[in-house]
Amino acid sequence: MTDVRGARPETDRGRRMSGIGRVLVAVYGVLALAAVGRSFVQIATKFDEAPLAYSLSALAAVVYVVATIALVRAGRGWYRIAWATIAFEFTGVLVVGTLSIAFPELFPHDTVWSWFGRGYLFIPLVLPVLGMWWLAKHPPVHADVDASRADAAGDQRPASGADAA
Amino acid sequence: MIEWFTWVQVAVAVVAGVLCLALGFAGRVPSDLTNGALALVELLLVVQLVVAIAAPAFGNEPTGSVLEFYTYLVGALLIPPAAVFWALLERNRWSTVVLGVAALAVAVMVYRMLQIWTVQQA
Repeated sequence: MTDVRGARPETDRGRRMSGIGRVLVAVYGVLALAAVGRSFVQIATKFDEAPLAYSLSALAAVVYVVATIALVRAGRGWYRIAWATIAFEFTGVLVVGTLSIAFPELFPHDTVWSWFGRGYLFIPLVLPVLGMWWLAKHPPVHADVDASRADAAGDQRPASGADAA
Repeated sequence: MIEWFTWVQVAVAVVAGVLCLALGFAGRVPSDLTNGALALVELLLVVQLVVAIAAPAFGNEPTGSVLEFYTYLVGALLIPPAAVFWALLERNRWSTVVLGVAALAVAVMVYRMLQIWTVQQA
Protein backbone atom coordinates (compact mmCIF):
# COMPACT_ATOMS: atom_id res chain seq x y z
CA MET A 1 0.00 0.00 0.00
CA THR A 2 1.59 3.24 -1.09
CA ASP A 3 0.98 5.98 1.38
CA VAL A 4 1.13 9.64 0.48
CA ARG A 5 2.08 10.66 3.97
CA GLY A 6 4.89 8.14 4.12
CA ALA A 7 6.57 10.00 1.28
CA ARG A 8 6.61 13.26 3.23
CA PRO A 9 8.19 12.52 6.56
CA GLU A 10 8.89 16.19 7.26
CA THR A 11 5.18 16.96 7.56
CA ASP A 12 4.74 13.94 9.79
CA ARG A 13 7.18 15.23 12.33
CA GLY A 14 4.95 18.02 13.55
CA ARG A 15 2.08 15.69 14.31
CA ARG A 16 1.63 14.70 17.89
CA MET A 17 0.59 11.21 16.92
CA SER A 18 3.81 10.50 15.04
CA GLY A 19 6.52 8.18 16.31
CA ILE A 20 6.11 6.59 19.69
CA GLY A 21 3.30 9.06 20.40
CA ARG A 22 0.98 6.82 18.42
CA VAL A 23 1.57 4.08 20.98
CA LEU A 24 0.50 6.53 23.67
CA VAL A 25 -2.63 7.29 21.66
CA ALA A 26 -3.33 3.57 21.26
CA VAL A 27 -3.03 2.96 25.01
CA TYR A 28 -5.26 5.97 25.65
CA GLY A 29 -7.78 4.57 23.20
CA VAL A 30 -7.83 1.22 25.00
CA LEU A 31 -8.21 2.91 28.39
CA ALA A 32 -11.01 5.10 27.02
CA LEU A 33 -12.76 1.99 25.73
CA ALA A 34 -12.31 0.24 29.09
CA ALA A 35 -13.64 3.25 31.00
CA VAL A 36 -16.64 3.66 28.68
CA GLY A 37 -17.44 -0.05 28.86
CA ARG A 38 -17.24 -0.21 32.62
CA SER A 39 -19.21 2.96 33.11
CA PHE A 40 -21.88 1.72 30.71
CA VAL A 41 -22.26 -1.52 32.68
CA GLN A 42 -22.34 0.28 36.02
CA ILE A 43 -24.94 2.81 34.96
CA ALA A 44 -27.07 0.26 33.14
CA THR A 45 -27.20 -2.23 36.01
CA LYS A 46 -26.69 -0.54 39.37
CA PHE A 47 -26.66 3.22 39.06
CA ASP A 48 -28.81 3.76 42.18
CA GLU A 49 -26.29 1.90 44.36
CA ALA A 50 -23.65 4.59 44.03
CA PRO A 51 -24.76 7.50 41.86
CA LEU A 52 -21.73 9.62 42.76
CA ALA A 53 -19.09 6.99 41.99
CA TYR A 54 -20.78 5.95 38.78
CA SER A 55 -21.33 9.50 37.58
CA LEU A 56 -17.65 10.06 38.21
CA SER A 57 -16.84 6.93 36.19
CA ALA A 58 -18.93 8.22 33.31
CA LEU A 59 -17.28 11.64 33.45
CA ALA A 60 -13.83 10.02 33.54
CA ALA A 61 -14.76 7.87 30.55
CA VAL A 62 -15.83 10.89 28.52
CA VAL A 63 -12.64 12.73 29.44
CA TYR A 64 -10.51 9.78 28.34
CA VAL A 65 -12.29 9.74 24.99
CA VAL A 66 -11.78 13.50 24.53
CA ALA A 67 -8.11 13.19 25.55
CA THR A 68 -7.57 10.42 22.99
CA ILE A 69 -9.08 12.53 20.23
CA ALA A 70 -7.16 15.64 21.33
CA LEU A 71 -3.87 13.76 21.21
CA VAL A 72 -4.48 12.76 17.61
CA ARG A 73 -5.65 16.09 16.26
CA ALA A 74 -3.30 18.89 15.27
CA GLY A 75 -3.62 22.57 16.10
CA ARG A 76 -3.38 24.74 19.18
CA GLY A 77 -6.97 24.31 20.24
CA TRP A 78 -6.64 20.54 20.44
CA TYR A 79 -3.29 20.94 22.15
CA ARG A 80 -4.95 22.93 24.93
CA ILE A 81 -7.78 20.44 25.18
CA ALA A 82 -5.24 17.63 25.44
CA TRP A 83 -3.49 19.43 28.30
CA ALA A 84 -6.77 20.20 30.09
CA THR A 85 -8.14 16.67 29.83
CA ILE A 86 -4.89 14.98 30.82
CA ALA A 87 -4.41 17.36 33.76
CA PHE A 88 -8.00 16.59 34.79
CA GLU A 89 -7.28 12.87 34.69
CA PHE A 90 -4.10 13.26 36.69
CA THR A 91 -5.90 15.34 39.32
CA GLY A 92 -8.72 12.83 39.37
CA VAL A 93 -6.52 9.81 39.87
CA LEU A 94 -4.55 11.57 42.63
CA VAL A 95 -7.58 12.92 44.50
CA VAL A 96 -9.85 9.91 44.15
CA GLY A 97 -6.93 7.52 44.64
CA THR A 98 -5.94 9.21 47.89
CA LEU A 99 -9.53 9.53 49.13
CA SER A 100 -10.30 5.90 48.34
CA ILE A 101 -7.41 4.81 50.56
CA ALA A 102 -7.88 7.38 53.33
CA PHE A 103 -11.68 7.22 53.44
CA PRO A 104 -12.73 3.92 51.85
CA GLU A 105 -16.33 4.47 52.97
CA LEU A 106 -16.58 7.38 50.51
CA PHE A 107 -16.01 5.06 47.58
CA PRO A 108 -17.59 1.72 48.41
CA HIS A 109 -17.72 0.92 44.71
CA ASP A 110 -14.77 0.84 42.40
CA THR A 111 -14.08 3.62 39.96
CA VAL A 112 -11.35 3.74 37.36
CA TRP A 113 -9.35 5.86 39.80
CA SER A 114 -9.85 3.96 43.06
CA TRP A 115 -6.54 2.99 44.68
CA PHE A 116 -4.70 4.98 41.98
CA GLY A 117 -6.12 2.80 39.24
CA ARG A 118 -5.13 -0.51 40.78
CA GLY A 119 -7.84 -2.33 38.84
CA TYR A 120 -6.26 -1.13 35.61
CA LEU A 121 -2.61 -2.04 36.33
CA PHE A 122 -2.04 1.56 37.52
CA ILE A 123 -2.25 2.66 33.89
CA PRO A 124 -4.55 5.59 34.87
CA LEU A 125 -1.76 6.85 37.15
CA VAL A 126 1.15 6.43 34.75
CA LEU A 127 -0.52 7.43 31.50
CA PRO A 128 -1.23 11.11 32.32
CA VAL A 129 2.41 11.58 33.30
CA LEU A 130 3.56 10.12 29.98
CA GLY A 131 0.91 12.17 28.21
CA MET A 132 2.02 15.45 29.79
CA TRP A 133 5.67 14.62 29.10
CA TRP A 134 4.75 13.94 25.49
CA LEU A 135 2.76 17.17 25.14
CA ALA A 136 5.55 19.23 26.72
CA LYS A 137 8.03 17.79 24.23
CA HIS A 138 5.74 18.30 21.26
CA PRO A 139 4.23 21.77 21.31
CA PRO A 140 1.89 22.54 18.42
CA VAL A 141 3.49 23.41 15.10
CA HIS A 142 2.79 26.75 13.48
CA ALA A 143 -0.46 27.23 11.70
CA ASP A 144 1.23 27.55 8.29
CA VAL A 145 2.86 24.15 8.67
CA ASP A 146 -0.51 22.82 9.68
CA ALA A 147 -2.18 24.28 6.65
CA SER A 148 0.38 22.71 4.32
CA ARG A 149 -0.68 19.29 5.38
CA ALA A 150 -2.83 17.67 2.78
CA ASP A 151 -5.28 16.27 5.29
CA ALA A 152 -5.50 19.45 7.33
CA ALA A 153 -7.56 21.22 4.69
CA GLY A 154 -10.90 20.27 6.19
CA ASP A 155 -11.92 20.94 9.74
CA GLN A 156 -8.56 21.66 11.28
CA ARG A 157 -7.44 24.78 9.47
CA PRO A 158 -10.22 27.07 10.73
CA ALA A 159 -9.62 25.87 14.28
CA SER A 160 -5.89 26.47 14.28
CA GLY A 161 -6.26 29.69 12.33
CA ALA A 162 -8.70 31.08 14.82
CA ASP A 163 -6.44 30.12 17.67
CA ALA A 164 -3.37 31.68 16.11
CA ALA A 165 -5.18 35.01 15.68
CA MET B 1 -17.76 -20.24 27.27
CA ILE B 2 -15.43 -23.16 26.58
CA GLU B 3 -12.58 -22.90 29.04
CA TRP B 4 -9.80 -24.59 27.06
CA PHE B 5 -10.69 -22.63 23.94
CA THR B 6 -10.56 -19.42 25.94
CA TRP B 7 -7.10 -20.28 27.26
CA VAL B 8 -5.93 -21.03 23.70
CA GLN B 9 -7.34 -17.66 22.70
CA VAL B 10 -5.51 -15.87 25.51
CA ALA B 11 -2.28 -17.66 24.55
CA VAL B 12 -2.64 -16.75 20.87
CA ALA B 13 -3.31 -13.11 21.75
CA VAL B 14 -0.29 -12.97 24.09
CA VAL B 15 1.99 -14.59 21.48
CA ALA B 16 0.68 -12.22 18.79
CA GLY B 17 1.16 -9.26 21.14
CA VAL B 18 4.73 -10.16 22.11
CA LEU B 19 5.60 -10.92 18.48
CA CYS B 20 4.28 -7.56 17.28
CA LEU B 21 5.97 -5.65 20.11
CA ALA B 22 9.29 -7.38 19.40
CA LEU B 23 9.12 -6.80 15.63
CA GLY B 24 7.92 -3.25 16.20
CA PHE B 25 10.76 -2.36 18.55
CA ALA B 26 13.12 -4.04 16.08
CA GLY B 27 11.98 -1.45 13.54
CA ARG B 28 9.78 -3.57 11.28
CA VAL B 29 6.83 -1.98 9.52
CA PRO B 30 3.50 -3.82 9.73
CA SER B 31 3.65 -6.94 7.58
CA ASP B 32 1.35 -9.73 6.48
CA LEU B 33 2.66 -11.66 9.49
CA THR B 34 1.80 -9.03 12.09
CA ASN B 35 -1.48 -7.96 10.48
CA GLY B 36 -2.32 -11.64 10.03
CA ALA B 37 -1.64 -12.29 13.72
CA LEU B 38 -4.21 -9.63 14.61
CA ALA B 39 -6.62 -11.06 12.05
CA LEU B 40 -6.27 -14.44 13.80
CA VAL B 41 -6.95 -12.79 17.17
CA GLU B 42 -10.09 -11.22 15.68
CA LEU B 43 -11.20 -14.51 14.12
CA LEU B 44 -10.92 -16.25 17.51
CA LEU B 45 -12.98 -13.43 19.06
CA VAL B 46 -15.73 -14.01 16.50
CA VAL B 47 -15.65 -17.74 17.34
CA GLN B 48 -15.84 -16.79 21.02
CA LEU B 49 -18.90 -14.65 20.27
CA VAL B 50 -20.62 -17.57 18.54
CA VAL B 51 -19.70 -19.88 21.43
CA ALA B 52 -20.96 -17.37 23.99
CA ILE B 53 -24.30 -17.02 22.19
CA ALA B 54 -24.71 -20.77 21.82
CA ALA B 55 -23.35 -21.94 25.19
CA PRO B 56 -26.38 -21.20 27.42
CA ALA B 57 -28.50 -23.40 25.15
CA PHE B 58 -26.22 -26.30 26.09
CA GLY B 59 -26.43 -25.67 29.82
CA ASN B 60 -23.22 -23.63 29.98
CA GLU B 61 -24.44 -20.54 31.79
CA PRO B 62 -22.30 -17.58 32.86
CA THR B 63 -21.97 -17.13 36.62
CA GLY B 64 -21.36 -13.39 36.33
CA SER B 65 -23.02 -10.45 34.64
CA VAL B 66 -23.98 -11.22 31.06
CA LEU B 67 -24.05 -7.51 30.22
CA GLU B 68 -20.51 -7.04 31.54
CA PHE B 69 -19.35 -10.09 29.59
CA TYR B 70 -20.73 -8.79 26.31
CA THR B 71 -19.40 -5.28 26.95
CA TYR B 72 -15.93 -6.78 27.14
CA LEU B 73 -16.52 -9.01 24.13
CA VAL B 74 -17.88 -6.24 21.91
CA GLY B 75 -15.11 -3.92 23.06
CA ALA B 76 -12.49 -6.57 22.30
CA LEU B 77 -14.00 -7.18 18.86
CA LEU B 78 -13.46 -3.50 17.99
CA ILE B 79 -9.77 -3.42 18.90
CA PRO B 80 -7.97 -5.59 16.27
CA PRO B 81 -9.75 -4.02 13.25
CA ALA B 82 -8.92 -0.54 14.57
CA ALA B 83 -5.26 -1.48 15.04
CA VAL B 84 -4.98 -3.11 11.60
CA PHE B 85 -6.72 -0.15 10.00
CA TRP B 86 -4.15 2.09 11.66
CA ALA B 87 -1.31 -0.20 10.53
CA LEU B 88 -2.48 -0.06 6.91
CA LEU B 89 -2.76 3.72 7.06
CA GLU B 90 0.53 4.55 8.76
CA ARG B 91 3.22 2.16 7.75
CA ASN B 92 6.05 2.44 10.23
CA ARG B 93 7.46 0.60 13.20
CA TRP B 94 5.17 2.21 15.76
CA SER B 95 2.13 0.84 14.02
CA THR B 96 3.60 -2.61 14.61
CA VAL B 97 3.96 -1.73 18.30
CA VAL B 98 0.32 -0.59 18.30
CA LEU B 99 -0.67 -3.98 16.85
CA GLY B 100 1.13 -5.58 19.80
CA VAL B 101 -0.58 -3.32 22.35
CA ALA B 102 -3.94 -4.16 20.76
CA ALA B 103 -3.32 -7.93 20.93
CA LEU B 104 -2.24 -7.73 24.58
CA ALA B 105 -5.30 -5.62 25.43
CA VAL B 106 -7.48 -8.32 23.86
CA ALA B 107 -5.66 -10.98 25.91
CA VAL B 108 -6.44 -9.13 29.15
CA MET B 109 -10.06 -8.61 28.14
CA VAL B 110 -10.55 -12.27 27.22
CA TYR B 111 -9.08 -13.27 30.59
CA ARG B 112 -11.54 -10.91 32.30
CA MET B 113 -14.36 -12.45 30.26
CA LEU B 114 -13.32 -15.90 31.49
CA GLN B 115 -13.41 -14.64 35.09
CA ILE B 116 -16.86 -13.15 34.61
CA TRP B 117 -18.17 -16.36 33.04
CA THR B 118 -16.64 -18.86 35.45
CA VAL B 119 -15.82 -17.46 38.89
CA GLN B 120 -17.62 -14.16 39.42
CA GLN B 121 -20.75 -14.38 41.48
CA ALA B 122 -23.74 -12.61 40.01
